[in-house]
Amino acid sequence: MTSTVVEPAAPARRGGAGGASPRPKRSKLHRVSPLILVFVFVPFVVEAVWVFWPALQGFWLALTKWDGLSAPTFVGLGNFREMLSDPIFGTALKNTAIWLVLFGGLSVLGGFGMALLLQRERRGVGIYRAALFTPVVFSLVVTALIWRVFYQPDGLVDSILRTIGLGELIRPWLADPDTALYAVIVPALWRQIGYVMVLYLAGLKAVDPALYEAARVDGANAWQRTLYVTIPQLKGVNSVVLSVIVIDSLRSFDIVWSMTKGGPYHSSELLSTYMYSTAFQSTQLGYASALAVVIFLLALAVILGYLIRAFREEA
Amino acid sequence: MNRLKTTGYHLSMGLISFLWIAPILWVIVISFRSFDDVAANGLGSLPRSFTFSTYVQAWQDADEFRALINSLLVTIPAVLLSLGLASIAAYGLARYNIPFRRTVLLLMLMGNLLPPQILLIPISRFVELIGYYDTLIALIAVHVGFGLGFYTFVLHGFMRDLPKEIQEAATIDGAGPGKIYASVILPLTRPAMAALGALSFTWIFNDLLWSITVIRSGEKMPVTPALLGLQGLFVSSWNVIAAGTVIAAVPTVAVFLRFQKHFVGGLAIGAVK
Repeated sequence: MTSTVVEPAAPARRGGAGGASPRPKRSKLHRVSPLILVFVFVPFVVEAVWVFWPALQGFWLALTKWDGLSAPTFVGLGNFREMLSDPIFGTALKNTAIWLVLFGGLSVLGGFGMALLLQRERRGVGIYRAALFTPVVFSLVVTALIWRVFYQPDGLVDSILRTIGLGELIRPWLADPDTALYAVIVPALWRQIGYVMVLYLAGLKAVDPALYEAARVDGANAWQRTLYVTIPQLKGVNSVVLSVIVIDSLRSFDIVWSMTKGGPYHSSELLSTYMYSTAFQSTQLGYASALAVVIFLLALAVILGYLIRAFREEA
Repeated sequence: MNRLKTTGYHLSMGLISFLWIAPILWVIVISFRSFDDVAANGLGSLPRSFTFSTYVQAWQDADEFRALINSLLVTIPAVLLSLGLASIAAYGLARYNIPFRRTVLLLMLMGNLLPPQILLIPISRFVELIGYYDTLIALIAVHVGFGLGFYTFVLHGFMRDLPKEIQEAATIDGAGPGKIYASVILPLTRPAMAALGALSFTWIFNDLLWSITVIRSGEKMPVTPALLGLQGLFVSSWNVIAAGTVIAAVPTVAVFLRFQKHFVGGLAIGAVK
């Protein structure tokens, strides 16, 4: 669910390759019949009812105090003021930032590295790619349970540590406030790296081999070819991956909810999990909506960038 | 020297690949161990027993069977509806000169990029208001509504690039817009539809957040959220939980294996363009 934006890898590449050269203007399109209007109108209304209208309500609720029973009362920016003195909000914000850097950063590095290692078609590469991609098809709940089994006292992690003589490091990984957040990031990375790898593999495939040949003739070594040919050529893919990663990080909920529910003592709380428990466990609906607005604002820059790119594509 | 390099490459990649799937293999192994074995030797030890009773327990006592049925009852209609609606919208927007068509397309895409958190409270209220709280229909509707924008955007990209001569030829032959959609455009969009179908199947099947937002009763839960409930039901029977996890993972793995080419193909088509 978190990975809702795979495909644009495709359009973005097209933009990258096309550069600034204007697409020839499409001449007259066909005359619009009523049926066509219905074709566009019905899906638009469905989305309006299930997305646009609720979203507007969400923004409005962020300005209210509401327990879900009596009518919401308008408090202006009161909820946002309350956040400033809410220590759990502080923790959640800090953890979301850590999440963005570690989960986002490492999955890009790992995914790109693996794509570089596995880009050349040679014997065995298919198997390696499949192995790395396998976790991507699992739900995050399945991922969470696989790793919970791992982290159990006397589970595999503990036995391995004991075997290599690091037994004193053993701790209740998910129940220790010092390690809970990182113990959740590891499985999230395990699943995300394969996904980022696939995006980069598609991008690498589209790089013109003649460029490498030219660089080789000019005496560039493998490292220089990666640095000066591959990476600049991947600009389109990079910006897609960046958007995907930021949006995914801010949306991340399932994996944390299934492993720790944000605990212990909010030590692995993200904004998304805090929003959910505020809404559905302590039913402070106004405050929870305000938290959702914060998540939206953090994602806004990326969403706008994405839309601007999409808009240019369509031009 | 070159040989050494190749061997080194395969050794290290082989090791990484093995480590990558090791957690999965390990859980499969545990799912076949008996409770006594796990209790006596711990989860970290090698298996000393073999049993299917864990699967029977997960399937019957935890009623994962029903949960799987629920998942399919939600996922299949949701995939068909969202692709159907997205494809007609994309067709209209890509092939006809509709006023504000670019604005409409971007609005629809923007809806999909919103963080779902902003929609949770209003949607759970709305669903309650219209009397569909705690029903699979509500879940289907949410998935269709939220996914539509993205599918429309992707399909629009594909349909826009189809040559306009095909459509002109069909128009000259007397085909109306509905006919052109069904017998000209849709067949040409099949690769994209297959890729999106496979992807959306896994996304919807794997969903947790929307399910726990609009559904409350255990017997209506799809398998992904139901799996979380398993932890409460079999508190320390990690072998049963492992079996339940394997069962819940099978459908998406099956869809992936069946449509692997489309997954990869969908991405590759874009890369070639």
